Amino acid sequence: MSRDWLKQLQRWAPYALTPLVVVAALPAIGLGPWVTLTVAGLTMGIMLFMVASGLTLIFGLMDVLNFAHAAFVAVGAYVAVSVLRPLAGWTNEMSLTLNLAALFVALVSAAIASGALGFVFERVIIRQVYGAPLRQILITIGALTVIEQLIVALWGPQAIPLPKPAMLRGSVFIGSSSIETYRLFALCVGLAVAAAMHLFLTRTRLGLVVRAGVEDREMIQSLGYNIRRVFVGVFMAGTALAGMGGMMWGQYQAVVGSQIGDSMTILVFIILIIGGLGSVGGCFIAAILVGLTSNYVGFLAPKLALGSNILLMALILLWRPRGLFPIAEHH
Amino acid sequence: MTDAAEALLRLEGVYANIGRYRILHGVDFAARRGRVTMLLGRNGAGKTTTLRTIMGLWKARLGKIIFDGQSIAAKETPHIARLGIAYVPENMGIFGKLTVRENMLLATGRSGFARQHLDRVLESFPALRVKWESPAGSLSGGQKQMLAIGRAIIEQRRLLLIDEPTKGLSPAMVDQLVAALLRLKREHTTILLVEQNFRVAEAVGDDVAVMDEGRIIHTGDMAALSTNHGLQHRLLGLSMADSL
Repeated sequence: MSRDWLKQLQRWAPYALTPLVVVAALPAIGLGPWVTLTVAGLTMGIMLFMVASGLTLIFGLMDVLNFAHAAFVAVGAYVAVSVLRPLAGWTNEMSLTLNLAALFVALVSAAIASGALGFVFERVIIRQVYGAPLRQILITIGALTVIEQLIVALWGPQAIPLPKPAMLRGSVFIGSSSIETYRLFALCVGLAVAAAMHLFLTRTRLGLVVRAGVEDREMIQSLGYNIRRVFVGVFMAGTALAGMGGMMWGQYQAVVGSQIGDSMTILVFIILIIGGLGSVGGCFIAAILVGLTSNYVGFLAPKLALGSNILLMALILLWRPRGLFPIAEHH
Repeated sequence: MTDAAEALLRLEGVYANIGRYRILHGVDFAARRGRVTMLLGRNGAGKTTTLRTIMGLWKARLGKIIFDGQSIAAKETPHIARLGIAYVPENMGIFGKLTVRENMLLATGRSGFARQHLDRVLESFPALRVKWESPAGSLSGGQKQMLAIGRAIIEQRRLLLIDEPTKGLSPAMVDQLVAALLRLKREHTTILLVEQNFRVAEAVGDDVAVMDEGRIIHTGDMAALSTNHGLQHRLLGLSMADSL
């Protein structure tokens, strides 16, 4: 009986972790700033999820360590800059419809550009290094540098402003708590992307193949599915999501530089490890956890802010050495 | 043992390596249509490697693998599977995070479950009906094996490759599995079955091929081998006698 209880506790504890952190932070921070920090943490987490989710599937499905993922974040952000520039009339108008239309066009363009580049990248670079982790690391780090330098050549070395649309500037107040309007928008977009991804993975045959492939690549091939073809699609989708994440992150920071993705890389890898390699659900929970922890610790103990996520990862790995929701048994 | 015309699957001089080590040294045998061919041998004889090589999971370095008249040695695994060959690996290959239904669904065609096949599987393995929406990882070892075999026969297959299905199962579960295999045999399903349990091999096998050190050292009727204790001892040694 007690063993059953323990088993259930072990099963559900990873789900309870984030709510526990949120609740525990409340008395330490106080209600007003807690609301602001919680929304900020959720927003940061959801944007990190957009970037990390593709990477976890890419790794889970084919054991590919793509350190160039940050480059697709940058490509998405820069494409958004180029698309939004001629649409400045729409973004500066005090019309929510026009603002959202401009953002929608930019978001789709960022996704298409990053996804298309991802397709070429998989064909030309990744395909040559399947099953060779060391070569993957070297070649993808090299490709990251090349793409970032190409961005500098195309858009220039200076950081470029990426202003928020008129209706999404400023803040709204919930009680005494101030919440940036753009954060609420980013949260909605991120949640919509996460929901779409969840529906795709759980309600479609292709999603089922992806989930099964992450668990056991050989068996899914033995059932007649061409995992390489599936992987190309997942790689494209992953890079497209990174591009969308780049656009959102760039606008969140209001400025875009060629190394915008690099600043996210460490956090993204921490999320992958905490969530469990190959697990999209784990990635979601880990991203939210990292976003919240960063914001809470940044407020409570600013000196610890830099190391807080590494500490969080270390603690979780001590508790669950394969992450919160490990999937890919073959790694 | 086998006329070429009757053989659904034929291996001719198949060599295969795992890394730098050569495991198969010219394997020759055939699996006849509508019959259960047992692939027996001591641990490390190369039985699992043979099944994986047929399935294309490891590539044959030399030799021919002919399935229904066409060479499949150079084909990719998904292509081989789509020819109608189902594979049940030794570790069962169950997707533990997916439900029983989802595991089954992956083995069906685009149109999903065919009623008669689904009924047949659930009739053979009623436990799967009860666990239909449960994660496959929560099933017992025997239930996972049922799921693995059920998944292999949820569509009409031309050849089943099954690797040690009774390994680690309780006697009651073995009996249930043998009953399911006998049912497949009555339906004239062509099966190539690797098995360490000689009692199971006797119960379901029509033909037998015995391997040792990566080669076939005997082929013939299973019935003849099961009555010839001297041959059993010479070919399979004490490890097989232990399982009697």
